[in-house]
Amino acid sequence: MSLPETPSQTVGPFFSIGLTWEDGARVVPEGAEGALWLHGRILDGEGTPIPDAVVETWQADPHGHLDAPGFRGFGRGPTDEDGRWRVLTLKPGPVGDQAPHVDLAIFARGLLRQVLTRLYFPDETERNAADPVLSSLDADARATLVAQHSDDGYALDIHLQGPHATAFFAF
Amino acid sequence: MTSVGADPHPPLLYPDYRSTRKRAPSRPLADLRPTLTELTGPVLGDRPVAESDADLTIQHDGEPQGQRIVVHGRVRESGGRAVPDTLVEIWQCNAAGRYRHVADQHPAPLDPNFTGVGRCITDEEGRFRFITIQPGAYPWGNHPNAWRPAHIHFSVFGRAFTQRLVTQMYFPGDPLFAYDPIFNSVPDPAARELLVCRFDLEQTQPDWALAYAFDIVLRETPFA
Repeated sequence: MSLPETPSQTVGPFFSIGLTWEDGARVVPEGAEGALWLHGRILDGEGTPIPDAVVETWQADPHGHLDAPGFRGFGRGPTDEDGRWRVLTLKPGPVGDQAPHVDLAIFARGLLRQVLTRLYFPDETERNAADPVLSSLDADARATLVAQHSDDGYALDIHLQGPHATAFFAF
Repeated sequence: MTSVGADPHPPLLYPDYRSTRKRAPSRPLADLRPTLTELTGPVLGDRPVAESDADLTIQHDGEPQGQRIVVHGRVRESGGRAVPDTLVEIWQCNAAGRYRHVADQHPAPLDPNFTGVGRCITDEEGRFRFITIQPGAYPWGNHPNAWRPAHIHFSVFGRAFTQRLVTQMYFPGDPLFAYDPIFNSVPDPAARELLVCRFDLEQTQPDWALAYAFDIVLRETPFA
């Protein structure tokens, strides 16, 4: 049997009534050991912050296990009026031969389907250099996936277009 | 019929839908051979879901205005396998065409008895069932005299992060289809029809509510 796949449609401008969970942005509770914030802005082709987007995150636990019992692994961080998203989580461990990373799916008005990218960590130089996904990108694209240190975790801006355009993946 | 394996999804840049112009990624999408991260996904079958979450007509003291409807269906993969224990989330405007959202300035009445948000977990056969009210059409600023056909937003997870689907369900025979760039962004007309629910007399509740069936098919679980 092969059933035709249902096409995607945009989340539109009003998704926050339906896709916002009270604990969505907290993969782990505040105060959890090792908890840190992943955060950043989402910007359109004019550099304008996007206030009606949501970033969904999926990642391994600190031991590199996906679907690990007791760790939700999934975050949902809607942007605020300044286009800022944030998700409280633990730093993932390496997954097989992959450097620690977090998958990011971005949904927004104006995106007819989610776009998929990854966040990598700046303090993993060696593992990042050997990561098969990062290595498949040219240096310019690769740099758009590596977050910066911040006071409370790691920051990564996502540029949908323009000179700093983030690398997104076909899936 | 949609051909098997063809990409049914809209292109990210579809200029008739104006918001895509500044938001569709400008860098060509990179190839990604799915890794374990993309082949797994959140298991959300244990999200707290109350019975009233699937009945949008009993979430307030009174009943909402409008035509009561049942919307039910199955979540499956293209290979036919059901997706059980998965979270289905919906949101919609009210019967007058207004969302309970601060940014919705359409001068139609809000309904104090309607939030327009539902969720449920699919059963072992991948089935879901909501009771809600028929949403209205509403104007938007995309082009002169632009109106969205009535729709309900659906969000589904599946088993893998790359199966995740957010879409919109439309109603049969809507005269606005021809004018709606979001609906028409789906390139294949046969695939567009998959977004239109089917009137279901069998599930229609006598003297109470019309029923519509909407089946959702996710791509097959990807393999590395």
